[in-house]
Amino acid sequence: MIRTEELLLNVGPQHPSTHGVFRIVVKLDGEVITEATPVMGYLHRGTEKIAENLNFTQIIPYTDRMDYVSAMTNNYVLVHAVETMMGLEVPLRAEFLRLIVMELQRVASHLVWWGTYLLDIGAMSPFLYAFRDREIIIDLFNELCGARLTYNYMRVGGVKWDAPPGWMDKVRDFIPYMEKKLEEYDKLVSGNEIFLARIKGIGKYDAATAIDYGLSGANLRCTGVDWDLRKAEPYSLYSQFEFDVPLGQNGDCYDRYRIRLEEIRQSLRILKQAVPQFPEDGETMGKVPRVIRPPAGETYVRIESPRGEIGCHIVSKGKAEPYRLKFRRPSFVNLQILPKLLVGETMTNLITILGGVDIVVGEVDC
Amino acid sequence: MSEEQKNKEKALTDSEGASPVDPEREAKLKAAAEARAARAAAKEKADAEAAEAAPPEPKPPSPKQPELDAIVALIRQQAADDAVEDAYVNELNGDMPTVIVKNDHWRSVSQLLKHNEQLQFNYLRNVSGVDYESHMEVVYHMVSLGSKREAAIKVKTERDGASVYSATPVWATANWNEREIFDLLGIDFPGHPDMRRIMMPDDWVGHPLRKDYEPLDSEV
Amino acid sequence: MEFSLESISLEERKELERNVFMGTLEQLKAWARSNSLWPLTFGLACCAIEMMGTGASHYDLDRFGVMFRTSPRQSDVMIVAGTVTKKMGPLLRRLYDQMPEPKWVIAMGSCATAGGPYIKSYAVIKGVDQIVPVDVYIPGCPPNPVALIYGINKLQEKIRYEAKTGKRVTGR
Repeated sequence: MIRTEELLLNVGPQHPSTHGVFRIVVKLDGEVITEATPVMGYLHRGTEKIAENLNFTQIIPYTDRMDYVSAMTNNYVLVHAVETMMGLEVPLRAEFLRLIVMELQRVASHLVWWGTYLLDIGAMSPFLYAFRDREIIIDLFNELCGARLTYNYMRVGGVKWDAPPGWMDKVRDFIPYMEKKLEEYDKLVSGNEIFLARIKGIGKYDAATAIDYGLSGANLRCTGVDWDLRKAEPYSLYSQFEFDVPLGQNGDCYDRYRIRLEEIRQSLRILKQAVPQFPEDGETMGKVPRVIRPPAGETYVRIESPRGEIGCHIVSKGKAEPYRLKFRRPSFVNLQILPKLLVGETMTNLITILGGVDIVVGEVDC
Repeated sequence: MSEEQKNKEKALTDSEGASPVDPEREAKLKAAAEARAARAAAKEKADAEAAEAAPPEPKPPSPKQPELDAIVALIRQQAADDAVEDAYVNELNGDMPTVIVKNDHWRSVSQLLKHNEQLQFNYLRNVSGVDYESHMEVVYHMVSLGSKREAAIKVKTERDGASVYSATPVWATANWNEREIFDLLGIDFPGHPDMRRIMMPDDWVGHPLRKDYEPLDSEV
Repeated sequence: MEFSLESISLEERKELERNVFMGTLEQLKAWARSNSLWPLTFGLACCAIEMMGTGASHYDLDRFGVMFRTSPRQSDVMIVAGTVTKKMGPLLRRLYDQMPEPKWVIAMGSCATAGGPYIKSYAVIKGVDQIVPVDVYIPGCPPNPVALIYGINKLQEKIRYEAKTGKRVTGR
């Protein structure tokens, strides 16, 4: 007599497709997942506790290391929160620099996602292409602030370094290059039958579920909910530029893939408008007190990171250090839907769905 | 009964115990009470004077004040009359309407906030826990995706045996956020489907984000 | 087979000296090992992105014979790229134990070296050398890909030196 039994399978924390040290324990009935339990915390470093003993300028490097694929947006959310509390004005040139680096960062971050996602699914060469083009952005950042990954670039009231001579021309040259390459990549991958068979109709959910789970970024927009914080609650200079918010209809992995590629295109469109408008000269630091002491009280600000809504909740007691600092990390919130999505799927789709959520474990665990 | 009498009585009851009556101590107590009364009177007078001189610049009411009033009125009307502990507009946060809800009523208020047709706070953005040393606080930031109106709701709880009713049945977002708060701050959320530690190992001792946390193995 | 060095001419002798190298078997093994270091794909945090970048097209680690393996049972060297937390520590040790001998460890970045910016954290192990023996430390937060390549070169140098002299570079 044939007897079947459930299999308990552990995936991670050391697994090439979990994008870091994420672990998931799945119960399998044959090849079909009946239950999935994510386990995290393997990269929990206690950033929030460390921040309680540091002043705000000292916390900025720690935000780099949270979502290390998109450090610039993390920098921005912290300095933006402090500026909101203190009511500080940021000079136009500094704000332009911030916007330009944030959009470049979005392109770089989506390229990493694109490369590694296809690597997970089984295509090697997109990874090599994506990292080749990301390297150009990294070189631009390296020239701007002397670091390749953890930039520590923004400060409360402005930015640390002005753009070196000729830097903006390099950004200008990069935009048409990337546009051309993007078309090429789109043609290379997006129509591939095998690829489409792997991702179309996989990991589906509807708008009500997405809102209930508090998803953000491409994970929310793939269901057709028009919610991009750059448009919905404009911050920085985003209200001055024209760009579209790409939306999906089906809420599956394919829509998320399309949205992220389209977001690269929209970011390039913003850059195309921003670079010619960049002020010729001006300050890069506003008038900021020597010791940054936000008034007693609290604030919660949020911006659109490549992964979704990143928020920063500061409770201040009027001291140079925050009393409590909490980050709303989009990867952490977006990942909550994973156990629900995996039930009933096959084991091969686990990687497809997990990759489609786009997590960075440094941000999940903080 | 005046404060002095109270003090005297207290001193008397004290003296009934083992300790003998200390006239010096009694005098000190009396002096302290008098000084306190004098200070309070002075402050009252100053306040009255300030009020008379009219507030220096009457701040224009915040544009979000009507929103806040609407939320408070709805909670009072539909949840419970005494459910709102305090309500104000948080100016440091772009005039965020902030409501402090009593812990006992949080369960019904959370339902109301999401399902009421006028409010419809369907998107829970963030849940944070704060240790204020005197008490704990859980802060919920929510937004209505339709009307783009937002609000911050706070729930206070005791530091020992901290517990706030779980919002997970209302917003699924709260699930892991509450587990994180339980793990790092030690606030329990009754009604949560799966309350375990999330960041730290299961055998970890203590709640690291509490202000009085002492690590067991600081050398490692 | 008989082989007499006396019978060969001077020219042939010179030719032989140019083309035949003498050494111990240990040196030969070290030469082979050092040029085919297969690290375990073990990205922990930020450094993992730089490690990926080093392995990708621009820096191309493959040209040094460094190819990432996804299983500890097939790898020779563990590049600890990122912060090691107290929750991760036991698992890291288990992965190390699963690797076959001979094996080496590179501590990439300041977190793996000594805790780095998270030295005051309650959750972080202050240096991976408390769990596994480390051969090469690479400073930086995160180290540049060039620094990682330099670290790998140093490890290769170390492997060859140890085989040649029979001495250990670190006293562990």
